[in-house]
Amino acid sequence: MVKEIERAGLPVVHMCTVVPISVTVGANRIIPTIAIPHPLGDPKLPADQEKKQRRQLVEKALKALETEVNDQTVFES
Amino acid sequence: MADKKRVVWYLNQFFGQIGGEDKADIPPQKRDGGIGPAAGAKNLLKDKAEVVGTVICGDTYFGENVEKAAQEVVAMIASFEPDIVIAGPAFNAGRYGVACGAVAEAVSDNLNIPVVSGMYPENPGADMYKRYAYMIETTNSAAGMRKALPQMVKLALKLITGEKLGTPKEEGYIPRGIRKNLFVEERGAKRAVDMLLKKLNGQVFETEYPMPNFDRVSPNPAVKDISNAKIAIVTSGGIVPKGNPDKIEASSASKYGKYDIADFDDLTSADHETAHGGYDPTYADQDPDRVIPVDVLRDMENEGVIGELHRYFYSTVGNGTSVANSKIFASKFAQDLIDDHVDAVILTST
Repeated sequence: MVKEIERAGLPVVHMCTVVPISVTVGANRIIPTIAIPHPLGDPKLPADQEKKQRRQLVEKALKALETEVNDQTVFES
Repeated sequence: MADKKRVVWYLNQFFGQIGGEDKADIPPQKRDGGIGPAAGAKNLLKDKAEVVGTVICGDTYFGENVEKAAQEVVAMIASFEPDIVIAGPAFNAGRYGVACGAVAEAVSDNLNIPVVSGMYPENPGADMYKRYAYMIETTNSAAGMRKALPQMVKLALKLITGEKLGTPKEEGYIPRGIRKNLFVEERGAKRAVDMLLKKLNGQVFETEYPMPNFDRVSPNPAVKDISNAKIAIVTSGGIVPKGNPDKIEASSASKYGKYDIADFDDLTSADHETAHGGYDPTYADQDPDRVIPVDVLRDMENEGVIGELHRYFYSTVGNGTSVANSKIFASKFAQDLIDDHVDAVILTST
């Protein structure tokens, strides 16, 4: 899906946990996330901290969308 | 019998008979002898080989710690002193396919013995790791076990007894990208002209050097001003309104949903859930924002960090769903997104 969205002309950031799959599929902007069943959350954290962590990940994703890339790029923390 | 060859089998928590998704986070563990498909292979191995051990790891544990898990698994495999490793078959299970492939890579690098696996060609693990294993091409679901298992065992026996292997097509495995020199009757120029003539006449011919299929899309230019941008959410994590109104399938999805979140500042267990059957849904059902960050993006919209959160999100279940279907879904809704003047997309996957 990520490739078809890109092909249609929209910049897209892929937030996922298993980064090698994303690279194989062909995503260009990749943000590694927390865990497979909860990519954007950590049930072990108190709710406010969990949301803060999610916000940080989304901020990274937005930053990736604002960054010019020429090739597949994994935005590590 | 002392001259029986030693086989070690790699399985996930499900085929290793430990449990379902609730056990997908278990670290590697080993058992003496064969379990599940490995036990089923006993008759097929006859007196030539026996399964001396099985190593089992949860798919989520593996997927979240690929390198570490591969090293742990390979150490356990090595403790059985095998002549060959068989992994899977993984069919179209993405995490399991990646695990089988990563085990194959680690075994090739560290133990220098062959690995046989089995998976559906669209499994991401196939393309990523086909260099490291003889991967029998299977169907996309475990219903193909009865066909896959004998093929895998047959190939494994050939490898350990040193019998000559045929081409990938003859043996039924996914080409590994290894070139082998061989002598043929006719010289290259004649073979090339024969192929060309067949092509011109519209006849079937088989290339001797298939071109790799690199389907890459160049990245689009960055978003200039995110504070004026309209951002849309797309997910393969199966988040849907409670009750799954479109009945998106838990695996091998045949459709996607488009859902209005204009009235939501935060998704909760009261209003949304996941339809995905390929991961433990507990956490996503408790708080769907853990898969699609609606709460955070709404805050950012209110604070002016982003221009606007698009009022619809698009969702499907990326669990054994074919590449062909995913392409069709995305090319359809991408047009919607463009028509709705969306500037950029955040796509989340589980």
